[in-house]
Amino acid sequence: MLNIIWPIFIIISYIYAIFSGRLENVNNAIFEYTKTAVELTITLLGTMCLWNGLMEIASNTKLINRITKILSPLVNFLFPENKNNKKIHNEISMNIVANMLGLGNAATPLGLKAMKSMQENNKNKERLTDDMATFIILNTGSIQIIPTTVISIRMSLGSLQPTKIIFAVWFSTICAAIVGLAVTKICIKLKL
Amino acid sequence: MKLINYISIIAVPATILIILLYGIFEKKNVFDIFLKGANDGVKMVIKIFPTLVGLFLAIGALSSSGILDFIINIIKPILNIAKIPSEIMPLAILRPISGSGSIAVATDLMKKFGVDSLIGLMVGTIMGSTETTLYTIAVYTSSVNIKKIRFVLFAALTADLTGMIISVAICKTFLKNF
Repeated sequence: MLNIIWPIFIIISYIYAIFSGRLENVNNAIFEYTKTAVELTITLLGTMCLWNGLMEIASNTKLINRITKILSPLVNFLFPENKNNKKIHNEISMNIVANMLGLGNAATPLGLKAMKSMQENNKNKERLTDDMATFIILNTGSIQIIPTTVISIRMSLGSLQPTKIIFAVWFSTICAAIVGLAVTKICIKLKL
Repeated sequence: MKLINYISIIAVPATILIILLYGIFEKKNVFDIFLKGANDGVKMVIKIFPTLVGLFLAIGALSSSGILDFIINIIKPILNIAKIPSEIMPLAILRPISGSGSIAVATDLMKKFGVDSLIGLMVGTIMGSTETTLYTIAVYTSSVNIKKIRFVLFAALTADLTGMIISVAICKTFLKNF
């Protein structure tokens, strides 16, 4: 995707700049922005280390098992096709937990494992099952307890209260997830 | 309102304490495990650095040439219906497509308008509550060779749009006057 968008962005910017006489602005901006990228990366290094380290501890304790247990009624409700399949059930729960803890690195491999298990029970290998579709929708919404990346960025930009947005994030993520899942369930009912 | 503010403040220390206490009670080598996770964190950041440079370059070119303002002016009427401020437009478009791209745009916006300004808060909330939808769908479906994704793209983008509209609305009504 970016292989097409990225060069187009730069090329049209230059063409537009030539016609609007802002070529010099663009030249200055390009180097100014690479510097911004460096600054952002340096601050991100610190905060991402902090959170990844903490989340690693969490995923090594029984905290994870406890959350999986709490989630089980929800998982049963969302994935009726795999209700009695304990293996898939666990993989899905682990993926949700990793997502909630903001462990993007762990969430994706766990999610792909669950997809593979669900694919084994899929009769039409080219088409998503209802549960698989629901699972992807759940993963495209980012249900996180602590939105670590944004908070890191807010810290790096000198926010007076970097965590101020947490409540707003919780509220809008949950709304988005509910809408996503509702649309999914409706589409499944309509046999789309 | 004070309560919401308080929850926001206490969420981080509470999470840290719970995690540490769990680790200590289960007699885990918490520091060693922390280092392992932190190490992964470094790798992640280093991995996205080249992407960030590349994308910041494109964003720099777009915003300094003036073409961004030109495009936003064209799309403005549609956004006004959804009550999304036109300043956030670049983020709204890029968010579902590229993770590091939207980080770059979000940082730029927060810098330009102030990280604690209304726009800055909206940008933060949108970033926290939405995902790189297209990337996620691509990875999950291609990993098991699925060709027919049915309604998934539609449902995911509907959820994203909901997240954005709610983010804007909640920042406008609640966070503004803190």
